[in-house]
Amino acid sequence: MGVEQKLGNMGVVTTTLEGVVNWSRTNAMWPMLFGLACCAIEMMSAQSSSYDMSRFGMELMRASPRQSDLMIVAGRVSKKMGPVLRRLYDQMPEPKWVIAMGDCASCGGVFNNYAIFQGVDEVVPVDVFVAGCPPRPEALIHGVMTIHEKVKGESFKQYAEKYKQTT
Amino acid sequence: MDKKLEPIVKSLQDKFSATFEEFRDEVHLFVKPEQIVDALTLLRDEYNFELLSALTAVDYYPQETPRFHVVYQLTSIAKNLSVQIRVPVNGSSPKVPTATHVYDVANWRERELLDMFGIEFDGHPDPRRILSPEDMEGHPLRKDFPLGYEEPQFTFNFDEIDLRKPYAKE
Ligand code: SF4
Repeated sequence: MGVEQKLGNMGVVTTTLEGVVNWSRTNAMWPMLFGLACCAIEMMSAQSSSYDMSRFGMELMRASPRQSDLMIVAGRVSKKMGPVLRRLYDQMPEPKWVIAMGDCASCGGVFNNYAIFQGVDEVVPVDVFVAGCPPRPEALIHGVMTIHEKVKGESFKQYAEKYKQTT
Repeated sequence: MDKKLEPIVKSLQDKFSATFEEFRDEVHLFVKPEQIVDALTLLRDEYNFELLSALTAVDYYPQETPRFHVVYQLTSIAKNLSVQIRVPVNGSSPKVPTATHVYDVANWRERELLDMFGIEFDGHPDPRRILSPEDMEGHPLRKDFPLGYEEPQFTFNFDEIDLRKPYAKE
C-alpha cells in the first residue's frame, strides 16, 4: 500500500495512531455474507476472479457474525428475516458497518408489500446504500470503497461518543 | 369428462347431493363444509384417490357470496385421474373441519390457509401461522387486505415520509 515509497531509505514512517488503526481496519475488513436473494449472486461474483474483492483485503467472507465487521445485506429482507438480521447485527463486535446492497435492501425495491421490509434501515443502521437491481460487482466494490473512505475519516473521539450514547 | 370419473361423480352426487361443474375436462364438485371429511374419506378409500396434491383457497370477494372456496385437488395415481372438491364458505372467520386425519399432508396446507385467508380448520392439531410472523395482523391473500405497505418517496414528499419512516437505532 505504498509504504515502500514513504519509507524511502530511512526505514521509519511517522503517522498518527488513528491513521494506522483505520488503515488496518479498511484493509482487513471481513464481510459477513448475508445473501438473501438474487443480489447475492452479484456479491459472489464480486468475490470471484474477474472482479476479485480480495484486492482490497476482503477475501474472507465470514459465515459467523462474531468474526466480521462489515455486513453486506444482499437482497430483500422479509418480515420474518428482520429479527434474525438484527440479532446477527447485535452479535457482531464493534466497530461494525452495514452496506445495503441493491434496491430491495435499500428501499424495498419492487416489493412494496406486506411481506418485505421497505429498506433494511428499518432493522439495522445502514452506512452505505448501493443502488441497482442487482448492482453490478463494480458498484458493490464502489460501495465498499465508500465504506473504506468513511472508516478512514473516523476518529477515536467519535467512537467514544457513540459508546457513551449506547451504554 | 373422463369416462372413469363418471361413476365417482355420480356416487358423490347421490351421497352428498353435490353439485358439479365441468371446465375443460376438469371436474369441480361442490360439497358443504360438514360433508368434506366424509367425501374425502370416501374418495380415498373407495376410489383410490391416495394423494391430496393441492389444498388451497380462492377469495371471490366482492363478486360472489359465499366469498371463499376451499379447494381440494385430489389425484389418483393408480387410476390416473384427478378431481377437484370445492367447499364454499362465508363470513369473516369461516370454519371448515380439518382433513388432517384423512390426509396428513393437509396439516401445513391448512395452516397456510389459516395464515393467508383466515379460514379456520376445526380440530386442527397445530393451528398457528406458517408463513407470516406470529404477530402479524390480517390475512394477506384476502381481497380486502390493503395492497401497498409504503407510499413511494419522491422529491416532493421526501421529507414528509422521511419523518414517519421507522428507522432502526444503533
Ligand atoms: S434489488 Fe433486484 S437483484 Fe437485488 S434482491 Fe432485489 S430484486 Fe433481487
